[in-house]
Amino acid sequence: MFTLSLSHFLILGAILFAISIMGIFLNRKNLIVLLMAIELMLLAVNTNFVAFSRYLQDPNGQLFVFFILAVAAAEAAVGLAILVLLFRNLKSIQVDDLNRLKG
Amino acid sequence: MFENFVVPNLLPAAPEIFLLCMACLILLVDLGVRSPRRSLTFLLTQITLAVSALLTLWYAYAELMPPAPGEPARVMLTFYNMFIADLLGSFLKALACFIVMASLAYSRRYLEERRSIPQGEYCVLTLFATLGMMVMISANHFLGLYLGVEILSLALCALTALQRDNAAASEAAMKYFVLGALASGMLLYGMSMIYGATGSLEIIEVAEQVRSMRKMQVDKTVLVFGLVFLVAGLAFKLGVVPFHMWIPDVYHGAPTSVTLLIAAAPKLAAFVMVIRLLVVGLIGLSADWQSMLMLLAVLSMGLGNLVAIAQRNIKRMLAWSAIAHMGFMLLGLASGVVRDGNRHVALEAYTASLFYMVTYVLATLAVFGLIMLLSRRGFESDELDDFKGLNQRSPWFAAMMLILMLSLAGIPFLVGFIAKFAVLESVVISGQYWLAVLAVLFSLVGAFFYLRVIWFMYFDAADANAAPIEASFADRTLLSVNSVLIAAIGIFPQFLLNACGYVLARSF
Repeated sequence: MFTLSLSHFLILGAILFAISIMGIFLNRKNLIVLLMAIELMLLAVNTNFVAFSRYLQDPNGQLFVFFILAVAAAEAAVGLAILVLLFRNLKSIQVDDLNRLKG
Repeated sequence: MFENFVVPNLLPAAPEIFLLCMACLILLVDLGVRSPRRSLTFLLTQITLAVSALLTLWYAYAELMPPAPGEPARVMLTFYNMFIADLLGSFLKALACFIVMASLAYSRRYLEERRSIPQGEYCVLTLFATLGMMVMISANHFLGLYLGVEILSLALCALTALQRDNAAASEAAMKYFVLGALASGMLLYGMSMIYGATGSLEIIEVAEQVRSMRKMQVDKTVLVFGLVFLVAGLAFKLGVVPFHMWIPDVYHGAPTSVTLLIAAAPKLAAFVMVIRLLVVGLIGLSADWQSMLMLLAVLSMGLGNLVAIAQRNIKRMLAWSAIAHMGFMLLGLASGVVRDGNRHVALEAYTASLFYMVTYVLATLAVFGLIMLLSRRGFESDELDDFKGLNQRSPWFAAMMLILMLSLAGIPFLVGFIAKFAVLESVVISGQYWLAVLAVLFSLVGAFFYLRVIWFMYFDAADANAAPIEASFADRTLLSVNSVLIAAIGIFPQFLLNACGYVLARSF
């Protein structure tokens, strides 16, 4: 019988984290995908915290997750607000159009 | 389940609680303020910051100072050990409040001339950013640290984007937001690994666990894996190469008043974060993180000083110079623990870094303040060419800029030199001579672009139809006091050096 152990969850967390990092650095298209990658990164961290919390039989890690979720919501609010502002100013949300500031 | 809940001691957190309540109150009061100048909001903000700083100092004086000269200073833990009040934190919290007050005072006229920045919201967001810094400084728990970082960076993101019709500012805000979130993600990932390895989120408890793990020769792969992410997150927040991408764009794109807020006080909070996470929490892994910091330091000093030469915009130039300065500051942190583990040597090195940070923040405050005082409505005065012939237009402004540039370049008898000297001394004591030689070489390269500004000011002709410079008496006094402070600390550095050494020695 196959059982899930701590390392399976950690590997899942690492894969999610790697996907989100690639989403931020390789993504040249849409800023909304960038915001999604940021959310995914926080969820990868949450997986880690919950897995460790369960493994260590210590509730502190799960409490941490609640705070990360709350902050992620606040972050999404600020991020989308900036996105709307950017669209008003540039008429575009393409990552490649963020090129005024260079050097 | 609530019968064994004990109300924690709220007194150590009094400055933060006061700041939070006042920020909410000012947000409400601002609704009723009719005048476009928002003098009431502004005044209340300044009073709030002053009272928080005084509360911090009062608490440090009344509760934390050692009762007799020989005794150790007290460290207060409250909120179930999530919150720490020590002399280092109190010193930097009070300093951060004063720096934010000065930043607001510098930006008063700049904001009045730019009506598209809503001033009431500007004041409140500044207060929340200060709250974030204070929470960061007094965190003894990964959760507190993370929440502090987020309060600070979300408030600063909103501030950057506050000028709605400014496309460059919204672009800077977007970049700041994405890279700030990436940094928090890295930091959190590192924290989760360290939590998994040590089973604790409290920084002091983590330090204990790491020590016992070292004694028992437990495999520390997970710890070092977490440490890498932690250092990457910290490097993002400090803005050192290769995690520096956001600094030039944000400094350049944000309105100068916001650049000042981002460039000055948060550096102090980031410094405390490094001290708490690496020096207090993970001192058992010092061999690992010192080599990482050293690499970051050399890269930032090199790239920062070289790229700054190519800049034509002074805000962008100062951004690259900030990267180089942060690299120099990291040298002190990277040479604290030497092979024989002498506590005195480590203390000297961290003192040098703290001194470097404090004096750098003072100088940055004055430089960006000066750029703001030179700007007019519709004219930012942020190109290097705008400084041409400044001496003809206003000898006083040119003299102030001269002091600041020489100090940042590290010319002897000014504070920048003393700070660089102190850091180099600790690098040499730790035996890394090649590092000291590299640091001096990069500083020499860096001196070029500071001296170029001086050349422009004194030996180039001013644009004939440049607007006359007018600054109010209060603004001139503030800038003079700031610059004289930099010159005075350069001549009598002992007082500040001793203060830095004292708060560090009494805090861990």
